[in-house]
Amino acid sequence: MFKLKCDDFLTYDEETGTYSVSPDQQVRDEVEKTRWKEIGFKLLTDWRLYLMLIPMLIVYLLWRYAPMYELLSVFKDATTATDPAERGWYGLGNFAQLFNADSTYFIDFWQSFRNTFILAFYGLLFGFPLPIILALFFNEIRSNIVRSVVQVCVYLPKFMSIVVISSLAITLCGGNTANGPLAQLLIAISGGEGSNIYTEAQSGLVNSTQYFRAIYIVSDLWEHAGYDSIVFFAAIIAVSPTSYEAAQIDGAGKMQQMRYVVIPSILSTVVIMLIMKIGSLLNVSYEKVFLFVTQGSATATKPNYAVGSTVSVWANYWSSRQAAEGVAMSGEMLNNLIGMCLVIGSNMVSRKATDVSLY
Amino acid sequence: MKRKMEVSELIFKIVAYVLLIFFAVICVYPFLYALGSSFSSAAGIEQGIVLWPLIGESGNVHFGFTGEAFMWAFTETEFWIAYANTLFMTFFGTIWSLFYSILGAYALSKKRIMGRRGWNFFLVFTMWFTAGVVATYSNYVTTGEVFASIAGMDPGSWQTSIDGKWLIVIAMGMNATNIILLRNSFEGVPAEIEEAARIDGATEIQVLTKVYIPMSKATIATVALFFGISRWNGYFWAMRVLGTEASGQAYSWPVQVYLRNFLETYTQIISPAPQDWEYTQALWQGQYGDLSATACAYAIVVCSVIPILVIYPFIQKYFAKGVNMGGVKE
Repeated sequence: MFKLKCDDFLTYDEETGTYSVSPDQQVRDEVEKTRWKEIGFKLLTDWRLYLMLIPMLIVYLLWRYAPMYELLSVFKDATTATDPAERGWYGLGNFAQLFNADSTYFIDFWQSFRNTFILAFYGLLFGFPLPIILALFFNEIRSNIVRSVVQVCVYLPKFMSIVVISSLAITLCGGNTANGPLAQLLIAISGGEGSNIYTEAQSGLVNSTQYFRAIYIVSDLWEHAGYDSIVFFAAIIAVSPTSYEAAQIDGAGKMQQMRYVVIPSILSTVVIMLIMKIGSLLNVSYEKVFLFVTQGSATATKPNYAVGSTVSVWANYWSSRQAAEGVAMSGEMLNNLIGMCLVIGSNMVSRKATDVSLY
Repeated sequence: MKRKMEVSELIFKIVAYVLLIFFAVICVYPFLYALGSSFSSAAGIEQGIVLWPLIGESGNVHFGFTGEAFMWAFTETEFWIAYANTLFMTFFGTIWSLFYSILGAYALSKKRIMGRRGWNFFLVFTMWFTAGVVATYSNYVTTGEVFASIAGMDPGSWQTSIDGKWLIVIAMGMNATNIILLRNSFEGVPAEIEEAARIDGATEIQVLTKVYIPMSKATIATVALFFGISRWNGYFWAMRVLGTEASGQAYSWPVQVYLRNFLETYTQIISPAPQDWEYTQALWQGQYGDLSATACAYAIVVCSVIPILVIYPFIQKYFAKGVNMGGVKE
């Protein structure tokens, strides 16, 4: 169907009975000839725009894309030389070490890999519904003053430094002894000295392999849930008052209005946010985990390392040893590639399902 | 006519109020705990304070409200050096990030720029895939060496030099989401206004500074505050790059790194068995006597949180706006 007909580029002159190149085609030819000229011309007129782009490009090239180039040493043998440029090519040897049950890295890596998924999954399971519930509750508060005060309080943890957040969480649960207020409360609730929590809390509840994940998830909820509710609350506010009126005329009570007006109208936001969350599932904050499971420097780990360390923390831990650098990088690359597939996949699903995509 | 409230509605309302206020208290409690601890005496902390310094006597031990920890913090030079470093990194870092983000976002917001999709992909790809901690660290080291040799310093020792913090200012705190936020806001400015300005003879830079920036003030304020807060709170990369050894490097530490190091060295909050615990304990007692290191740590926490609390009421009204604009479109 794209085949050109004669008439498209030739005109028939009836007087002389000959064909000549049509004016349209002349223009097209001209454009084709001057295409490069035009690009040059555009560059000349808009050179300021391209100049403006340059600082950003440099920053992103130097500190976002250059590290990706450095990832090439994943395919090199780190044991042969200190300088990555002098190392010999190694093929997929580093990746093979991750999958080889006899290698030193095997258990540690897959443990971290598993932890990443578990923390991410629990984070989604508990961290996703809570903001929606909070937003629905916010909508119930009619008094502006009360609502503002509550909002100020619940957004607060999001803006605190991760160091402050983690040290407060660690103290409340008792970093070394059972005397953190939260640990005391939990012990009291679960039945005093005979309880399991009491035994676990003796050397710090945070260090307990049994309770670390729960503490991490709760601290995550505490940090993010309030702030994450903004987007849902905004969606609820955006519901037109006429919808409520219509529902009222049809005899709907307040609860029915929520069930049949509010929830359907925020559903699209919920779906988009869920897809986004799934997309960034593997972006478990390495800073936070790092602060929870290590001490002193990257090389000293705490007892909760076994259940807490994620792939990035694992890589950071091993990368200080030269021989392990390539393996550490390859493990992280594997993790990040899976993460990228999740992002792209969730975007495709989003585009198909809701016509809204993030990128 | 006032509608009568249903029972279910009333119950829901009460539940909403109770749970929200409960959640709000939970969110604030840890900070109150930190504040209380920072004003406590050593004996009070030993007993385990709950909210506010215990006052009274138990046996022959006095509890009480004391400002010792803050007195210590105000006279501690290393803490103020760290504080000044954080101020430095936050100030210059925010300006630098805003500078290239606004320029880049402006260029990307123009339909007439060639390869617009390509540039956007260039930006967005960094959100999908990151090289990871190991590769990024080695990249920071290399670029730091290159910059040091350009500046005429010894390339090998930039990590221990006080100028190491320039790398943190220039290289860290990148955020593609913020650039996209700015771009969307610039795209929302009506083309007619720009045309009017151009007819009046405005140059590209004048269009940006006189039309676009004033018209997207709210977004720019939001983005500036996001940048500023992430700079103020930045920990991991500053720690990785500037090191964890308490030697000369300590003079370029930001306050978060200093705080974590202090917690790990002088207190048992993070771990029951800090390295060289006996030694640091003796050192601390020799210098400050009975002063509680834990209370001092909380005093640092309180001091480092104050600037955020001060600007917090001003930024709060922008949150909803900023997050809504974050609904990225293409």
